[in-house]
Amino acid sequence: MTSRLLDGISHRGVALLAVLLAVLLAAPWIANDYLLTVLIIVLYSAYTGQAWNVMMGFAGQLSLGHAIYVGLGAYAAAALYVHFGIAPWLGLAAAIAVAVACGAIIGFLAFRFGVGGVYFAILTIAFAEFARIGFDHFQWVGASSGFFLPVANYTRNDLWNLRGDPTMFYYVMLALTVAAFALCHVLLKSRIGYYWQAIREDEVAARSLGIDTFRYKMYAAVLSAGMTAVAGVFFAFYYNNLFPEQVFHISRSIELILGPIIGGIGTLFGPLIGAFLLTGLSEAMQELLSALGFDAPGAKQVFYGLCLLVVVMALPGGVWPWLAGKLRVTRRDP
Amino acid sequence: MAAEIYLNVAVSGLLTGLVYGLMAVGLSVIFGVVRVVNFAHGEMMTVAMYLAIVLFNSLGLDPLVMAVPLAGVLFVLGYVMQAGLINPFITRPEYSQFMLLIAVAIIVVNVLLIAFGPDARSVQTSYAFDSFLVGPLIIDATKVYAGAATLVITAALFAFFQFAPLGKAIRACADNYTGALIVGLNVKHLYALTFGIGAACVGAAGSMLVLLVDVTPSLGPASTLLAFIIVITGGLGSMAGAVLGGLLIGFTEAMAGLFFTPSAKSMFSFGLLVLVLLFRPQGILGKRVS
Amino acid sequence: MMDLLSVEGVSKRFRGLLAVDNVSFRVARGSIFAVIGPNGAGKTTLFNIIAGMFAPDRGSVDFAGERIDALAPDEICRRGIGRTFQLVRPFPALSVEDNVVIGAMLRRHDPAAARRHAREVLARLDLFGKRHQPASALTLPDRKRLEVARALATEPKLLLLDEVMAGLRPAETDRMVSALTELNREFGLTILLIEHVMRAVMALAARVLVLHHGARIAEGAPAAVVREPAVIQSYLGAEAVD
Repeated sequence: MTSRLLDGISHRGVALLAVLLAVLLAAPWIANDYLLTVLIIVLYSAYTGQAWNVMMGFAGQLSLGHAIYVGLGAYAAAALYVHFGIAPWLGLAAAIAVAVACGAIIGFLAFRFGVGGVYFAILTIAFAEFARIGFDHFQWVGASSGFFLPVANYTRNDLWNLRGDPTMFYYVMLALTVAAFALCHVLLKSRIGYYWQAIREDEVAARSLGIDTFRYKMYAAVLSAGMTAVAGVFFAFYYNNLFPEQVFHISRSIELILGPIIGGIGTLFGPLIGAFLLTGLSEAMQELLSALGFDAPGAKQVFYGLCLLVVVMALPGGVWPWLAGKLRVTRRDP
Repeated sequence: MAAEIYLNVAVSGLLTGLVYGLMAVGLSVIFGVVRVVNFAHGEMMTVAMYLAIVLFNSLGLDPLVMAVPLAGVLFVLGYVMQAGLINPFITRPEYSQFMLLIAVAIIVVNVLLIAFGPDARSVQTSYAFDSFLVGPLIIDATKVYAGAATLVITAALFAFFQFAPLGKAIRACADNYTGALIVGLNVKHLYALTFGIGAACVGAAGSMLVLLVDVTPSLGPASTLLAFIIVITGGLGSMAGAVLGGLLIGFTEAMAGLFFTPSAKSMFSFGLLVLVLLFRPQGILGKRVS
Repeated sequence: MMDLLSVEGVSKRFRGLLAVDNVSFRVARGSIFAVIGPNGAGKTTLFNIIAGMFAPDRGSVDFAGERIDALAPDEICRRGIGRTFQLVRPFPALSVEDNVVIGAMLRRHDPAAARRHAREVLARLDLFGKRHQPASALTLPDRKRLEVARALATEPKLLLLDEVMAGLRPAETDRMVSALTELNREFGLTILLIEHVMRAVMALAARVLVLHHGARIAEGAPAAVVREPAVIQSYLGAEAVD
């Protein structure tokens, strides 16, 4: 298993990965509260980015509505917790089930009816917007006035109910991110990963090689939806409030995919690098602007947009492929 | 009595839909020729809308009259955007083009936010409360003017693509990129012109829409989505389809607002979009592309 | 029955155009069969019908004793028909080797086993040395070879080759011809090829079918077919007879 996990990564890459993991594990002892919160956001983005990467980066299906899976997961687990007192780890199963069902429906409709490319992307937006407006009127979970999880002062961390301090949430998110990373690595090295890449590269050619492209695209849609829903559960219990206008909004879907695209679409490290870069950039921008005494709302996003523009124009394949070349971490001969 | 309300709302929805249709025509023209989905379309329209508001508030210029000069301003903006920014992305994958335009959209939304703040703005013309009585119908004069102006502009655009040599050249470019290159058409220039024309549509539409809706920076992304719904329903790449889609969506939303709650009205548009994508992905008037 | 593939009365119309007009032929197990004809004769359409890209309007296609004309392309490949595309379709971002590994995975689910098999196939088609290059970096002749390698890696009983010699230099054509001959002899691989390069057709095929405007105008041994007046008139031109 370990040998398979490290397949295709050079010794230098393994060493860098170990250092990165050690730093991330030690972070709560080193970092202050602010930095820890930022790191939670980084890991959250890396995780959701990786989940999206499965669908777009690996299987080539451009989803611009992934907020729907975050939202469904978040609302499913939160509703079970608030209304029936069901612990989030059990709620997680329901969250995954709901998101998987939704992913399967969208995937089935799109892939059976031959909706692809830009049209598929817009279909996913339509579903997400549909859900947003629907939840705005869904009284059982608070509709547009929001859905709130009970917040009390916790004397100790309650991992079973996901109630606790940022350090606990940090480790939960780190574990999820590492698990997603390992899962994607193994998948990419197995038949399903090769088949996804074949579909991404040329679906007609893939079919001519005996690949049931419908089935493998469904696997990608369903897995990506399920993985994203897990992040939704985390989101609900970390922030303790859910508003349809926030969780389902198209800008959430866009934020979610910026990381992997900036980092390097279809690569394992892309989502992680992209999350670090974008979150870091965003926070640094905030600091810089408040240091300059210029805190107009939107100023941060303008710079953010400009940086995005520069990266997209200068590094079409994303940062990671370029960085990997510099660090010499990819191995030619697996 | 009840029937008259429905009729009034329907007519009002159709007239608003016409103006939305003009905005969508812009998106459709750009996609039809350049094959790029302009994810910053609604954001470009809000630029025109704020310009119209500034012109009205500072100089008292009527947005209906300003529709033409603002179309010109947006044309230049669109031309520059295509020539300077988007052209290198023509051959890149869809997600890459998407990222570029999203970056543009983020910048536009937030520059507007810095410049004008998050509060809704609108203009009050002298004829804002005028209306026409047509039999049992009471129709807003503003909507009639805007709808009529939209028809004129759209007709002019149709004529341009149908009869003007330049319009024909652009169509040739859309039909056969390589062929257009071979016969010596300056494709980059034509693409930039097309993007400019598409932007001019939102310039005119935006200028007129400030008479009908309140403007906030966040109207940009919402309008982009609306434009998507309209063009896909009507047929991406078809101008007549965009107009038809605008009418259909204007009507649907007006009726849904009447029968259900206004806040849920766009759910019906998205529902319609999903149905069209599944059962007639080329749109109502679109041609099936292989 | 000795026939591996049997096409009976197949027709296909695109809008007004009758692309394939009532075509029938049989390909014997272990043989090499060629389809020739001028551009637009319906050869590629015929191929796409066999490979499952289009369903025929009329007629049937039987493979290894089973009817396959209603099946999807991936199912047809799983039954044992490998194909190449006239306009090559490699997976551009993947390495040459990974392109072939994906083909090999049809019969070998374990990636390591698929990779071993892929390397054997690559060696057979002179691509072993280029296996780490991205497919997008290959020259056209190499891409044609890659198409063949990828299809071969699925271990087909029948290999459909759509103009794999086009654009190759004579020496490269000869090399490809000998590779295909070896495959046919060693493994009994049945090959159905569309080809314009008559040098290759004459060297490879035991039987030739000539299409013109979608219809069959001749069939038989290559040496006999090229002497038929209808064939000369429609396609080959007088000089080909020499």
